[in-house]
Amino acid sequence: MADHAIHGNYVDFYDEQGPHKGVLAWILSTDHKRIGLMYLIALTTFFCIGATIGVLMRLEMLTQGRTIMGPQTYNSLFTLHGLIMIFLFVIPGIPAVFGNFFLPIMLGAKDVAFPRLNLLSWYFYIGGGIFAILSLFLAGGPIDTGWTFYVPYSLRTGTDVSWMILAAFILGFSSILTGLNFITTIHRMRAPGMGWFRMPLFAWSIYATAWIQLIATPIVGITLALVAIERLFGVGLFDPALGGDPILYQHMFWIYSHPAVYIMILPAMGVVSEIIPTFAHRTIFGYKAIAVSSLAIAFVGYFVWGHHMFSSGMSDTARWIFSLFTFLVAIPSAVKVFNWTATLYKGSIDLKAPLLFVLAFIFVFSIGGLTGLILGALATDIHLTDTYFVVAHFHFVVFGGTGFIFFAALHYWFPKMFGKLYNDRVAKVAISIIVLGFMMLYFTFFILGYEGMPRRYYDYLPQYHGLHVFATVGSWVMITGFIVMFANLFYAFKKGPRAGMNPWGGMTLEWTVPSPPPQENFEEIPVITHGPYDYHAQEEAKEKQEEFNHSAEDEK
Amino acid sequence: MADNKLHTGSSETSAPHIVNYSTYVLVWLALLAFTAATVAVAGINFGGITLLIALIIAAAKASLVLNIFMHIRFDDVVFKVFVGIAIMTLLAVFIFTFADYIFR
Amino acid sequence: MSKIPDAAVVNAALPSGRPDEEHLLEAHGHKDKMGSKIGMWLFLLTELLLFGGMFLIYGIYRYMNNEDFHTAGQGMNTIIGALNTVILLTSSLTVAMSITALQKGNKKLSLTLLGFTIFFAVWFLVNKYFEWSHEIRSGIYPKSPELLNRSQGEILFFGLYYVMTGIHGLHVIIGIVVLSFMVSFIARDRVTSTDYSKLENAGLYWHLVDIIWIFLFPLFYLLR
Repeated sequence: MADHAIHGNYVDFYDEQGPHKGVLAWILSTDHKRIGLMYLIALTTFFCIGATIGVLMRLEMLTQGRTIMGPQTYNSLFTLHGLIMIFLFVIPGIPAVFGNFFLPIMLGAKDVAFPRLNLLSWYFYIGGGIFAILSLFLAGGPIDTGWTFYVPYSLRTGTDVSWMILAAFILGFSSILTGLNFITTIHRMRAPGMGWFRMPLFAWSIYATAWIQLIATPIVGITLALVAIERLFGVGLFDPALGGDPILYQHMFWIYSHPAVYIMILPAMGVVSEIIPTFAHRTIFGYKAIAVSSLAIAFVGYFVWGHHMFSSGMSDTARWIFSLFTFLVAIPSAVKVFNWTATLYKGSIDLKAPLLFVLAFIFVFSIGGLTGLILGALATDIHLTDTYFVVAHFHFVVFGGTGFIFFAALHYWFPKMFGKLYNDRVAKVAISIIVLGFMMLYFTFFILGYEGMPRRYYDYLPQYHGLHVFATVGSWVMITGFIVMFANLFYAFKKGPRAGMNPWGGMTLEWTVPSPPPQENFEEIPVITHGPYDYHAQEEAKEKQEEFNHSAEDEK
Repeated sequence: MADNKLHTGSSETSAPHIVNYSTYVLVWLALLAFTAATVAVAGINFGGITLLIALIIAAAKASLVLNIFMHIRFDDVVFKVFVGIAIMTLLAVFIFTFADYIFR
Repeated sequence: MSKIPDAAVVNAALPSGRPDEEHLLEAHGHKDKMGSKIGMWLFLLTELLLFGGMFLIYGIYRYMNNEDFHTAGQGMNTIIGALNTVILLTSSLTVAMSITALQKGNKKLSLTLLGFTIFFAVWFLVNKYFEWSHEIRSGIYPKSPELLNRSQGEILFFGLYYVMTGIHGLHVIIGIVVLSFMVSFIARDRVTSTDYSKLENAGLYWHLVDIIWIFLFPLFYLLR
């Protein structure tokens, strides 16, 4: 409660009395903080569902042949695992939760540009989620196409593809509206004095992400809609029997879905660029390089989609072009990694839980990124296509990248969001367990894939048995880590000590408002006079303050 | 400063740009003329470039609508950048996809 | 309530020569016309990309089945296509002029012009209805035996034709609804000569629908 004394009385946004009470105060609220928290609840729920499905799949792979489910169930489960994790967790992920909660505060604004539209996006998100879940219980049964909806199978299967497509379409709408909102917010709502290159790097990454959401999502939206139209009305569009080209579908799908991995990873990179300077107590190294590399990744990342199709029958010319661009996109990603490590160099590092997560991320993401180059090379890809190697690669970048950073962000901003402190030591133990389980599970996949284990099979040859058992045990370890992590956070939420305004010594604007923030974030819209990570200016200001105090004492 | 290129202040503080009726009517007449031209030309076989001619005329019409009817020409530079981004992206997507089909 | 800082404080804090920061204060304080226009344009870009995706599919299939596409295109009614083009272009003119009229304070003229726009939009759909029903009566519709007997390129052509003009038609219907709201807003003075950004945004949407048709027309109706 110390903060309250210092900053005078204020009402935080939880206690603010709006026109509605109870649940309505949340689901009718246009406050970006409440919407962010509603996303957090929904996303965490879907993450738990997705993770449970993942564990069940691993359980099935524990023994050869049927363990707990049949092949059709397994097909549905890997499809659902992919759909839930991708469309309901990692794609909305960081922007929807932390972008909503912190972007306006970091820009020095009261809210996003279109608060009502923001609430509408949340409803679309929930609506899409409900449709996705609903499609499991309808006549056709759970969809079994894989999350990619590849034609012609998605046109022929009797399962409820159209419902799931409707769900994906609605989720796409949600994503587009969020992106639109954030771009407008960044253009219009920055505090006075905050030029483009005084924005926090998280805002930069959100900006780049929002552009991809805006430019790429409509293409997959229409493509999936066409599949549904073809299923419903028999219009000849993709079905090879009617002259359609399934490879064209793959192009159209990946034109969105590859940039979508940058929708997942860019905000994560933005969060990393926030956490590292805070815990190294050092100005970020190469601010402009990081900011611009976000845009570069967004741009180049748009033109690498063909690397998902190297073995599909695409022309050789297209294959080397896409391979070349795949290698190129590694450059801006590496720029970021170098800048992060350079920031840590000679910093005064305070190894708290969020930073530990970030270090784990850099390690895991580097493995994921480098194995991506193996897959991006045409010759090696032929050997590794559709094996566990690919599965391992994208779990390293998507889960080890976005997933880890989602939880790093949760730990970083938890005190600000809930005004409570969690037990740092328990958090670190949880992270260690998670990383251990993660490596047992997914690194084993690299070996399995390299040895030829194909993905999406519910059964396997005897020689893979040992590694499958090891990976399954890894999944149990990882889940244990997550349970510890969630329990720790939940305990902190209930009984943790109160957090001060700035528990980590962060420099960006969210650390200048009370925890949790008041309804309109700022008592007075701040005026920005220096860059976002200006620890140097902070020191100077502190010295000046001390001098002033001294002179004040002298006068007494 | 370079980082403020996309800032969007000046136009809204000044009075709104009101386009005359006559400008609109002229643009409309031009659009009708283009339509007549594209229909007339479609009857003639220019071989491979028939489609190209039709698309160029369509692009000319679209740019008239964009620039005058949709005020892009009179509006802040930020909108030009936005439209540019979208059109360039679309163009690039076309080129990359055709890179597959042309060389099959 | 958050307080807006004093302009003098802001200017003192800013590095010199950056007057363009002032608008940011306005964005915090008042209704932000510029912001809503940015939002509208971003939305239009997504529409552009949505149709762009379909044009890409069209392009690839036409490239693969050029002969068949020309054969199929013979059957299209160029006259009705051209008429619809003229109708949409004219409706674009009237909506643009109705904004000018409102800006000049001529509410009645603005309403009349909007009425014309809606009339043209409905006329467009009526033509579309006759065109589609004519084709359906002659046995060309998805899964029809007549169509399935034709070459694969022709099946694709008509598939794309129905889908692309259909989705465009859907946008025309949405446009009619939006424009009708504008009529009611202007009539009830919720959109006025000083506060017309809603009408402006509705106009932008309508022009986009027009632009899409400008490209659909030569691609479906002018193959000879």
